[in-house]
Amino acid sequence: MIERMSFPFHPFVLPFLIGMSFVLIYCLYGIVKILVQLTRDERRRFLLSLIKPSTAWKNIKDIFLNCLLHVKLWKRNRMLGFMHSSIAFGWFMIIVLGHVEVMLFLPDRVHLLYYPIFFNFFVAETESTIGGAVLFFLMDFFLLVILTGIVLAMVKRVRSRIFGMRRTTRASFLDTVGLYSLWAIFPLRLLSESFTAHISGGSFLTVPMNWIFRQFLGNDLYYLPTWWAYSIALGIFMAVLPFTRYMHIPAEMMLIPMRNAGLRIMHPRKGFARVQVLSCPGCGVCIDACPMSARKENLKDCTVYLNRQIRRGNEPRIEEISDKCLLCGKCTEVCQVGVDGPALRLAQRSMRKYGINQHYNIIDPEGYIGALGSAKVLYFAGCMTHLTPGIKKSVLSVLDKAGVRYSVMDPDGGLCCGRPMMMAGRWEQTRELIRLNTSIIKASGCDTLLLSCPICYRIFAQKYRLDGIRVVHHSVFFNELSRQGRLAVKRDPELRLAYHDPCELGRGCGIYDEPREAVSAAGVLVEGEKNREESICCGGSLGSITLSYEKRRDITLKSLMNMKAGSPDAIITACPLCSSTFGHYSDIPVKDIAELLDSKS
Amino acid sequence: MDFGFNLSPSSAVELDKVDTSLFRELCRIEPGARTCIGCGSCSATCTASEHSGMSVRKLLLSLQRGKMRDVEKMLTCCMLCGKCTMVCPRGINTRRIILTVCRLYENVEGRI
Repeated sequence: MIERMSFPFHPFVLPFLIGMSFVLIYCLYGIVKILVQLTRDERRRFLLSLIKPSTAWKNIKDIFLNCLLHVKLWKRNRMLGFMHSSIAFGWFMIIVLGHVEVMLFLPDRVHLLYYPIFFNFFVAETESTIGGAVLFFLMDFFLLVILTGIVLAMVKRVRSRIFGMRRTTRASFLDTVGLYSLWAIFPLRLLSESFTAHISGGSFLTVPMNWIFRQFLGNDLYYLPTWWAYSIALGIFMAVLPFTRYMHIPAEMMLIPMRNAGLRIMHPRKGFARVQVLSCPGCGVCIDACPMSARKENLKDCTVYLNRQIRRGNEPRIEEISDKCLLCGKCTEVCQVGVDGPALRLAQRSMRKYGINQHYNIIDPEGYIGALGSAKVLYFAGCMTHLTPGIKKSVLSVLDKAGVRYSVMDPDGGLCCGRPMMMAGRWEQTRELIRLNTSIIKASGCDTLLLSCPICYRIFAQKYRLDGIRVVHHSVFFNELSRQGRLAVKRDPELRLAYHDPCELGRGCGIYDEPREAVSAAGVLVEGEKNREESICCGGSLGSITLSYEKRRDITLKSLMNMKAGSPDAIITACPLCSSTFGHYSDIPVKDIAELLDSKS
Repeated sequence: MDFGFNLSPSSAVELDKVDTSLFRELCRIEPGARTCIGCGSCSATCTASEHSGMSVRKLLLSLQRGKMRDVEKMLTCCMLCGKCTMVCPRGINTRRIILTVCRLYENVEGRI
């Protein structure tokens, strides 16, 4: 392998070189800017995590599995996974192998940024070696892999359902430019490498193509324009990259270490949030997942469009999207990158200024403490359970049947747990409510706090510091009682029961199995079409501030349809709000898990 | 001299002079505010009512009567728990009403 030119440069590399330098400078500037925006504590934690061996290894593993192999997409849909990973992994391999080629054959050229990319233009093959043949074969092989991915991407534009997607994102103008230049890069690379294959050598793809073209093209004049076109396509792609969804390629490599370092979104635009927004690949998986997509007019209110509007700085739309969301968390669950849409929205809500700021100084916790019993199990019904008295009655009845001694924290209505305030983005008020409730709970001397509302459960489990007091949801607690034999549940093998995962209990706290086990103890468990991590919000969520209740009807109906996929006799849920919301529209009985166990024991 | 009872101050509201701009702005943002039938379900269930006399029904009424201080006092203990929304027979988005009023108060002069 020798260098064909007297000087290792040709003007055609300029478009690529300019584009590449622009992207590198832009990313470097972006990294510095984001690091500056982090608080001192966050920055320290992030930088330390980079050198800590365990997190560093996790970072490398996650980047390899998620950015290159797209493991999460493979799990979702094989076609979708193949399409994305073939382009990402194939391109990565071509770049790596390009560098290997240069290092092997012309080691003194490896410092030139463009050389590995346009290697075949600059060299002439003098003798064929086995090493060279393997490398050329791999180069052609990965180019073929990418081209398959590109063809699939084109098919996806017209028939997205083959890829398991009903709706895809509507591309913006620059996204389209980026998309077409990306599509153009690899066919152009194939052409240009084929045209020079008789000089530089090639493999199973480029050599036959070279032979075919030389049958009817009389001279070598056509290959320089093709190399130019290849470089220009690369240049355009690089030049628009920071302003398109393709920014996710560099941003995701920053997102993964930051997430592994345990950073959280504190400001809706700065620091970690910025990385999250830039990491959104705009694939549109969240559009189908969003419960609001039951209504056509709400299609553009899902996370992918929130990210786009944040990048554009369209304030009215950002506010609108942030307020409308039900915060069910499904978009984050299905997102292959893991963009935390609900957290972005909460941060946005927390930026608001209010003329009236609630404060609870006048509430005296002593009034509540005085009414407490001394039992070790303290039951907090919560606001929603108070409005569904059947559930409260059943919980107490089950506790009695199992012989559990308990006291009720809010027999005549108590304070709110703080989660609804938190969902409105008002941290200060939330902290105050947490402080009040904590003082009541600690004064009770209990060792277990039992909750029948997942909304309360989530904040008690995740935000309260109760020092050793066990926080437990009634579905988990009753399942334990039934397994220990303290609660005798009669199983009815004829009764088909579908279990609906409440958002706050399932995606919010990761509790999926215990309620199912408890339901199975009373009847035959059937699943909805979408279940567990992908269950559909009932539409009643307190997360949404602006979505009106007649508009939520379609969401509830869609969710009900989903639950009825296994033709159950009743729908069982573990959330008073879900059971009340479903209850309004369902034609089959909707029961809480406590009501079910109470009736069967 | 304390007789154990006294005259209550006049509660007459001169509707011609009342400034209802805040209520109108609220209705523009959340038209549901106009559909309240004053049934009082929200008052009956409110978590904050025993602490600050909160009630969405009263809140809307006070806004229409220009009793801005009453509104502010009521709202100080609201916990946004959403019980009022859950029981409202008209399906009014009461949490949005509360948050909107809290926001609009930024421009109300003479706050407590």
